[in-house]
Formats: sequence, C-alpha cells, structure tokens
Amino acid sequence: MSNRLINWFRYASPQTFYPLAGKLIPWFWTLAAIFGVAGLTVGFLLAPIDEQQGEGYRIIFLHVPAAWMSMFIYLVMAFWAATGLAFNTRLSGMMASALAPTGALFAFLSLWTGALWGKPMWGTWWVWDARLTSELILLFLYIGFIALQAAIDDPRRADKAGAILALVGVVNIPIIYFSVKWWNTLHQGASVSLTRSPSMATMMLWGMLLCTLACWMYSIAIALMRVRMIMLERERHTDWVHALLIDPE
Amino acid sequence: MHWNSLAEFLAMGRHGLYVWGSFIVMALLMLAEPILLRHGRKQLIARLRRQYSAEISDSRRIAKRDSDFHGNPGRSRN
Repeated sequence: MSNRLINWFRYASPQTFYPLAGKLIPWFWTLAAIFGVAGLTVGFLLAPIDEQQGEGYRIIFLHVPAAWMSMFIYLVMAFWAATGLAFNTRLSGMMASALAPTGALFAFLSLWTGALWGKPMWGTWWVWDARLTSELILLFLYIGFIALQAAIDDPRRADKAGAILALVGVVNIPIIYFSVKWWNTLHQGASVSLTRSPSMATMMLWGMLLCTLACWMYSIAIALMRVRMIMLERERHTDWVHALLIDPE
Repeated sequence: MHWNSLAEFLAMGRHGLYVWGSFIVMALLMLAEPILLRHGRKQLIARLRRQYSAEISDSRRIAKRDSDFHGNPGRSRN
C-alpha cells in the first residue's frame, strides 16, 4: 500500500516541481481574478458607508489585504528558510527567494495605502507609532533579505545567509500584529479577530475577505512564476533544463 | 448598489484622492509585477539558449580540432 501514498519529497526536486508549478499558475491567476472582481465589487460598489469615516474607509479593502499578506508572506518565507536550513533541500531556498519581492511589494503597499488613509482620518501621512514603525521594519527586512542574497555569488551560501536573516526577523511579525494592543497607538485595533466576532458590517467583512483571498491567490501565482525562473537559472547546467530549453515540447 | 451616479462614486465623499490614490498605485504595481516577470522569463530563456548554443559550437570546434589532430596523422604537425 505504501506505494499508493503520494511521495511529497518527490516534489521537493526542482525537476518535478517545475512542470507542476507551470500547470498550477493559470489556475491561481483565474482564482485571483475572480476573487479580485468579487471583492472590489462588494467593497467599492455594494458595501454601505461607514458612520465615522465616510467613504474614505474603503481604503480598508486595499490596505488590510496588503498588510495581512506582507506579514503572512514573511511567515511562509521564514518557514521555507527554516526547512532549507534543517533539511538542506534545494527547493526551500528557491521558494524563500521567490517570495521576498512580493512580500516587499505588499509591505510597501500597506504603508502607501496606510499613509493615504492616515492623512484624511488622522491628519497626517505618517507617525512614528508602534504599528507603522514595525511595518516599516518589515519592509526593510524584505529589502535586506533581497540585498543580502544578491550580494553572495554562491546560491547555496546566499540561501543560508538569507535564511538566518529571515528567521531572526520573524520576531517582528508578532510585534506588528500585537502592537495595537501592547502600546497606545494612533492605529486602530484589529477589525477582525479570531477570538471575538468582527466589529464591522457583514458586507464590509466579505469585501475584505474576498480582497484578501485575491491577494493570496496573486501571491501564490507570482511566487510560482518567480520560483520557476530561479530554477532555470540555478539549474542551467543540469540535463533537465538543457533538455527543456533546447527542444521545447 | 450604493452609488447614485458615477460622479458620486469617483468623488468618494471628498476622499476621492486618497481612495483612488491607493487603488491606482496598488493596481499598477500588481499589474506591473507579473508583466515584468514574464518579460524577465523570456530574456532568461533567450540568454540560456544562447549560452547553450555557444557551448555546443565550442565543443564541436574542440572535437573537430582534436579529430584533425589525432585522426589525420598525415595532415597533423606530427
């Protein structure tokens, strides 16, 4: 019976993962588009006005997904980094490198949309408050990870160095998440939490969740696209990449 | 539908600049990333193919030189 079980380690090899990722990418793009259209329709066309913030609150449908993804991608990146250090699998380091630029993109977007939300609501683009500062540090962690890897020629050494940076930086994630609880901040508290029912209208909640799913699917599609490029580049001297590029199909 | 007119939708109750400023930047960056990746992928594949064909013609040249040298004693420099 054991040969009927899926051998997950088989997919840890770039040679088998490459075509699988290629097949999955269009599906994730389709899902991202569907969730994106649905989320934006609910958030921008159907959701009611907010009592306190007026129409400006609609930035929430962009800001919250971007901020969540920036933290979540970092956790996934740190997970791959740890796996790479523990098992020395080639794929792990490639996955971590593939995620970093998209994580940085979402960290930037969460700061950008946050600034544009802060200006009309708080009267300022930026404050050195715990939530905002720790999110800025997250952006710097992503940039540091990318720069560190780019500075080291040997990819396996670059993976190791990056993995250590990623794992040290992971301490920042709970700081971002709980900052609104631990310190007095200008940033509002969590709108959605696992422990209590959400403090917002159902329509708003749905809009936010659908937009988050769209960003999630987008991130998976992009990470798979990027990891395939990293695979080709790093494995260019192997027979499988040779065979793939010299006689396609 | 929450809106009565397009103008009202675009105005976002005096917050149009902030809402659309967020939306446009996010949309542009999330469109640019896959487009740049596709472009980078095409370039990478073209570069690797060039490298391979250079390696193949190199190895053929070396093989030919070796066979000229060893395979044809009459024409070699001895």
